[in-house]
Amino acid sequence: MSEATMTADVKTQDGQLEFLVKGDHHPQNGTLLGFWLYLMSDCLIFAALFATYGVLARSYAGGPTGMEVFDLSLVAINTSFLLLSSITYGFAMLQMQANRLKGTLFWLAITALLGAAFLGLELYEFYHLIHIGATPQTSGFLTAFFALVGTHGLHVLFGIVWLVTLLFQLKKHGLIPANKRRVFCLSMFWHFLDVVWVGVFTYVYLMGVLP
Amino acid sequence: MFENLDLTKLIFGRLTWDAIPFHDPIILATFAVVAVGGVAMLVALTRYKLWGYLWTEWFTSIDHKKIGIMYIILGLVMLLRGFADAIMMRLQQAFAFGDNMGYLPPDHYDQIFTAHGVIMIFFVAMPLVTGIMNYLIPLQIGTRDVAFPFLNNFSFWMTAGGAALMMVSLFVGEFAKTGWLAYPPLSGILQSPGVGVDYYIWSLQIAGVGTLLSGINLLVTIVKMRAPGMSLMKMPVFTWTSLCTNVLIVAAFPVLTAVLGMLTLDRYLGTAFFTNDMGGNAMMYVNLIWIWGHPEVYILILPVFGIFSEIVATYSRKPLFGYTSMVYATVVITVLSYLVWLHHFFTMGSGASVNSFFGITTMIISIPTGAKIFNWLFTMFRGRIKFDVPMLWTLGFMVTFVIGGMTGVLLAVPPVDFVLHNSLFLIAHFHNVIIGGVLFGLFAGITYWFPKATGYKLDEFWGKLSFWFWLIGFYFAFMPLYVLGLMGVTRRVSHFEDQSLQIWFQIAAFGAVLIAVGIAAFLIQLIVSFRRREALADETGDPWDGRTLEWSTSSPPPPYNFAFTPRVHDLDAWWQMKQHGFKRPESGFIPIHMPKGTWAGIVLSAISVACGFALIWHMWLAAAVTFVALIGTAIYHTFNYDRDYYIPAEEVERIEAERTKVLANV
Repeated sequence: MSEATMTADVKTQDGQLEFLVKGDHHPQNGTLLGFWLYLMSDCLIFAALFATYGVLARSYAGGPTGMEVFDLSLVAINTSFLLLSSITYGFAMLQMQANRLKGTLFWLAITALLGAAFLGLELYEFYHLIHIGATPQTSGFLTAFFALVGTHGLHVLFGIVWLVTLLFQLKKHGLIPANKRRVFCLSMFWHFLDVVWVGVFTYVYLMGVLP
Repeated sequence: MFENLDLTKLIFGRLTWDAIPFHDPIILATFAVVAVGGVAMLVALTRYKLWGYLWTEWFTSIDHKKIGIMYIILGLVMLLRGFADAIMMRLQQAFAFGDNMGYLPPDHYDQIFTAHGVIMIFFVAMPLVTGIMNYLIPLQIGTRDVAFPFLNNFSFWMTAGGAALMMVSLFVGEFAKTGWLAYPPLSGILQSPGVGVDYYIWSLQIAGVGTLLSGINLLVTIVKMRAPGMSLMKMPVFTWTSLCTNVLIVAAFPVLTAVLGMLTLDRYLGTAFFTNDMGGNAMMYVNLIWIWGHPEVYILILPVFGIFSEIVATYSRKPLFGYTSMVYATVVITVLSYLVWLHHFFTMGSGASVNSFFGITTMIISIPTGAKIFNWLFTMFRGRIKFDVPMLWTLGFMVTFVIGGMTGVLLAVPPVDFVLHNSLFLIAHFHNVIIGGVLFGLFAGITYWFPKATGYKLDEFWGKLSFWFWLIGFYFAFMPLYVLGLMGVTRRVSHFEDQSLQIWFQIAAFGAVLIAVGIAAFLIQLIVSFRRREALADETGDPWDGRTLEWSTSSPPPPYNFAFTPRVHDLDAWWQMKQHGFKRPESGFIPIHMPKGTWAGIVLSAISVACGFALIWHMWLAAAVTFVALIGTAIYHTFNYDRDYYIPAEEVERIEAERTKVLANV
C-alpha cells in the first residue's frame, strides 16, 4: 500500500506522467499472507467441528457422559506438553533470527519431541476410551468429540512430519531465505494448533465435566 | 471392516464385474462413443507427436494464462456432459405420463439429476469462473503471474481430477441418487449403501482442495502484486469482484470440506453425526452445507457482475457509472451472503423469529444487487453503445436476471416458501439466475476476452445465433416450470399421472432443444473462428478500444505479460495511457524473472484420484499405498528449491521487436 501511494504521480523529465517502471520490479513476497489465509480457512474447519460438538455435546444416546470419561489430570499434562512446545518453537525462532543453525535445529527437535509426547498421550486416551466402550460410534457426543480432538491430533501429526522434513532441509541448505520462510510458516501453524487446543481444552474438557 | 479378509477383497474391495453397467443400453452406448472418441484422440495426439508439446507447454506449465485456458476448456467439456443430463431429464418428463413410464428407470433418473447439479455447479460454473479469473487478474493488475504459480497448476489439476473421478462413476459403478447436496439420512450408509455417494464425496473433496488453494492464491495475488500506483480503489471492477469472490471461497469451502468429512465418517466408520439414532442430527448437515452453499452462489455470480461491468463500460465508451458504489455493493453482498443460508430450509421449523430474520436479510441482498443494475443502466445512458455479441449477452442478462431476482424475493417470504419449497418454481428461479446470470456472463466474458487469449476474434454471426437460441430457449425451458411450480409440482419426479400437466413439460423440452442449438452454434463459432483466424486476427492487442491494463499488451500476451511493469495513476489505467499518447518502449529491455514449470501438480492430482477411487471401492491396500505415495511425492517436491529462471533480455527484445513489426503494419 505504501509503495502504491508513494509512486502515485511519478513524472518524466518533461512533466509527462510516467506509465512504466523502467527497472527490475519485484512484487512483494506473499507466502506469509498466503499461509495465514490458509490457517484462517483451516480455522473454519475447526469452527465447523466446534459447532457440531456444540450441537451434539449432550446427545449421549444412553452412552457415557463427559463427566464419566474425561480424565482432567491426563489432559492437563497433555496441554502443558503442547503449550511448552510452543515456547520451544519460539526459542527456535530466536535462534534463527540470530542466524544460528545448530540452535535452531536443536529447539525444533525439542518441539517435535514435545509434539510427539502430546500425540502419544492423546492416542493413549483414545485407546483407553475405546477400551472401556466409549467408541466414536457410541453416541453423537462421542462422535463429535473424537472428530474434533482427532482432527486436531491429525494436524499435530502433520506438523511433526513437516517439522522433520524441515530439519533435513535445514541441514542440507542452511538458513537460506526460502528455509527461513518455511520455518516461519510452520511456526504460525504450530502456534495456531496451540490456540485451537486452548479452545478444545476449555470447551470440550472443562465444560464437558460440568453436570 | 477387516472381518473375513481375503486377497481379492483386499485388492479389489467391492469392485466386481457387476459394477460395469452392461444392462443399461444408454450408458453402454455413451461409453462406446466416449471410448471411440478417446481412442481417436489418443491416436491423433500420438500420430502428430503432440504429447511432448502438451506435457511441456500445457500440463506442466505454471503460466497463469495457460492454466486459465485449461480451466475454461475443462468447463466447456463438462458443460456438454451436464447439458446431456439436462436434456435427458427434459425428454423423460415430456413423455412419462400415465401408462408411459418414459425411457429412464427412476434409479437412473435419480443419478442423472444429481449428476446434472453437481457437474453444472462444481465442474462447469466453477472452472469457467476460476479460469477467467486466473487468466485476467494478473493482466488487469499489471503483474507477471500469480503469487504461487506452482499451487495454481496444482489447483487446476485437482479440479480436473475431481471431474475425472466423477466421470468414472458413469461407467464404473453408479453416481449418487440423492440430489446435488446429498442430504442425510438419504445419503447415509443405510439408505445409500452403494458407491454413488462415495463418488460424490471424493470427487468433491479432491476438487475442493483445488478450489480452496486457488482462492488463497488469487487473494494474495490481488493484495500483494498490484502494479505500483494501483490502490484498491483504482483496481478494475472485475478484479474487485474477484477479490470478494476469493474471500468467499476461502471462507466457505472449508465448511464444505468439514461437512463432507463428517458424512464420510458416518458412512465409513459408522459414527453418528447425521444419523436418526444414536443422538445424531441430520438437520445439522443441512445447516452446514448451506453455510457453504449460499456463499457459493455468490462465488459464482460476483465475478460475472465484474465481467458485465467491464463490458458495459467498454461498449458504451464511457467510464463505469458509480464505480465506488459498485465496489461497496459488491462488498455488502459478500458480507450478507453469510447471513441468509437458512432461507434454503425455512420449513425446518426454526420458528417465526428465526425465519423472519433470514427472510429479511435475503430481501436486503436485492438492494445492493439492484444498485448494480442501475449502475449498468446509467453507464449505458447517453453512451455510444455498440451491440456486439458480449453486449447482447449483457442485455439479455439484465432482463433475465431481474426476473430471476424478483422470483427470488418472492421465495424469501417464509409463508410463500412454505407453499413453494422444493417445487418447480424454485427450480425455475435458480436456473433463472444461474443461466441468466452466471452462464450468460461467462459467455459474454469468453467472447469479450477471446481475442486477448488467442489473437483472433470470435465470429459474429455464430455468436449472435448462439445468443438468441440460448435466450429464447431459456424462456421456453423455464417459464413453464414457474407455472408448474405454482400448480404444486415438485422437483425430482420421473413420472406423472396428471395428463393436464404434460403440455407444459413439452414446451420446456422444446426450450431445451433450442438451448441445444445455442450450444451447437457456440461450438461451430469456435471452429469457424479458428478457420477464419487470419481474417479475424487482432494485431493491436486492443480490439474493442478497452480501458483496463490487459488490453495494453499483445494478443496473446507474451509469457511475461508486460516487458515493463506498468505504473498506474488512475482508474481505467490503459484508457488514461491512451489519452496521454503513451508510446510503447522499443529498446532498453531487461531480463525478466519467471517461475519454472513442474510435473508435481499433475502427478499429485493423479495419485489423489487413484486414492479417491480406492477409497470409494474400499480397496484398503491400494488406498494406503496411494496415500503414502501422495505424502511422499509432496515431500519430495518440497526438496526442489530450483523454481525460477530469468528470460534473457535478448529474448524479451526479440519478442518485443516482433510486436513492433506487427504494430507497424496495423
